[in-house]
Amino acid sequence: MPDYSKEFEAIVDAYEKSGGDSRQLLDKSFASLIVSGNRVLASNSIPGVHIESETIPDGVRAKIIVDAGITVRFPVHLCFGVIPKDGIQKIESNYIIEENASVSFLAHCSFPNAIHVQHLMNAKIQIKKGASLKYSETHFHGADGGIEVLPKTVVSVEEDGYFRTDFKLVTGRVGKLDLDYIANLDNSAVCEMETKVYGKQDDFIRVKETINLNGRESRGIAKSRIVVSDSSTTEVLGEIVGTGAHSRGHVDCMEIIKGDKARASAVPKLMVVNETAKLTHEAAIGSVDKKQVETLVSRGLSENEATDVIVKGLLR
Amino acid sequence: MPLLSVENLVFAAGRRIILNNLNLQIFRGEIHSILGQNGTGKSTLAYVLMGLNGFRPTTGKIYFDGEEITGLPASDRAKRGITLAWQEPARFEGLTVAEYLKIAKKNGRNHMSANECLERVGLYPKKYLIRAVDETLSGGERKRIELASILAMQPRLAILDEPDSGIDAPSMDNIVQVIRKVAQMGGAVLLITHHERVAEIADRSSFLCGGKILKTGDPNEIARFFRLHCEECPHVNQPEMEIAENA
Repeated sequence: MPDYSKEFEAIVDAYEKSGGDSRQLLDKSFASLIVSGNRVLASNSIPGVHIESETIPDGVRAKIIVDAGITVRFPVHLCFGVIPKDGIQKIESNYIIEENASVSFLAHCSFPNAIHVQHLMNAKIQIKKGASLKYSETHFHGADGGIEVLPKTVVSVEEDGYFRTDFKLVTGRVGKLDLDYIANLDNSAVCEMETKVYGKQDDFIRVKETINLNGRESRGIAKSRIVVSDSSTTEVLGEIVGTGAHSRGHVDCMEIIKGDKARASAVPKLMVVNETAKLTHEAAIGSVDKKQVETLVSRGLSENEATDVIVKGLLR
Repeated sequence: MPLLSVENLVFAAGRRIILNNLNLQIFRGEIHSILGQNGTGKSTLAYVLMGLNGFRPTTGKIYFDGEEITGLPASDRAKRGITLAWQEPARFEGLTVAEYLKIAKKNGRNHMSANECLERVGLYPKKYLIRAVDETLSGGERKRIELASILAMQPRLAILDEPDSGIDAPSMDNIVQVIRKVAQMGGAVLLITHHERVAEIADRSSFLCGGKILKTGDPNEIARFFRLHCEECPHVNQPEMEIAENA
């Protein structure tokens, strides 16, 4: 059997650098899954949380089921990464959160040495009646920008269900990011999507968040905070469709440009197909707010320091 | 020697003169209030004194502690101990109150803890230090955090643009005490207010109309003058000769 101990050490090290706590990752009381390239290096199920995985060409297929009525005390830790300079990693995942279960996931994706790396995520998430899922994904990329991250997620949230996702890519170069999330909500279901990305050099960032408010009194918010510097580009597409009676949705997009070569665009699309539904949006694109800068400058910071403080806060 | 001396200051936005040959002196440890109707140039005066972008004087000079600072940007003025609290303070997503106060404290002269600064404006530190300085704060809470930040910095000159607006009556005592504390710590305060109870704490007041300081003196006297001439002002910030003469 091949010895993957060095690879294991490298991926755990990268996990730490991306902000993860490796003690929890390796603790058997935490459910976890560690994938390097197309190899599952470790998988730990716990009572109520079942993780199955198998290798596929260039990647891994995983199925995670949380039993009905279970409240998972500690977050489920997921670690994905490619340590070499070149490689493709496809993750096909299927999450099923059974009725009235409650769970949170901490996913860390690390590509510290990427020159020609593709990370393709194809996820299907089912949140059953009354269940709750919080999914937090943090990326750690190297300084070369030779990475393409292409996550596509389709979520269904049944009646009274709750889904929250936080996607964060603020460390290292983005490379190319093309994020596509779609959520379909039943009656009284709630969805909150939040994306924070910091683009540098010639990074390309595309964020598409779609929420279909199908159910009565369903609610959704698609929020994005993107900063682009140097000659990086971003486009944010936030779409909400209000079909359910008394459904409520909001698109909140803020994009900050640093430098005169960066480019940012926002396309909010709201469609109401029920006269009792109400959808709103707000978008702010431009340089850092002048009054914020002046306030911090009047407390003794330089303009550059003030801008850094504002941007860091926004992307926290 | 005055701490701040403003000489023949003119500021125009395009062809419109907002500050018109304005003269003003503020001394160390002094609380100096500015009274005037809406649109007289009070906030503009605050921005010009702070040196904000777009608020450089057309003519005139500003001296701080004997040094001319007319051409200095806001960051250099802040390094010399001048700061400004806005009438509507900015909000910061993701920045906690603790971090906001730390910025002011790091660049200031004060040894007062963040806890004490918050307690002095009537906010419980345990509750507020972890909060973000963002839209989740009410207007009154944000104003009080702004004053806590001024305390944390302990400026040599604090320009307070209507620090009392949006503050509920029971909290007004905290605001008054904080303004006094800044002066007690050796700083001067330029206080822009409409609130007589707050204006009363000033050592001297100046009356601003049409971009000019028409009268400086005892706060009660200036307040009486203001009520007499301005409550039903027919001049709309264009002081007629008889008012200027009475001043």
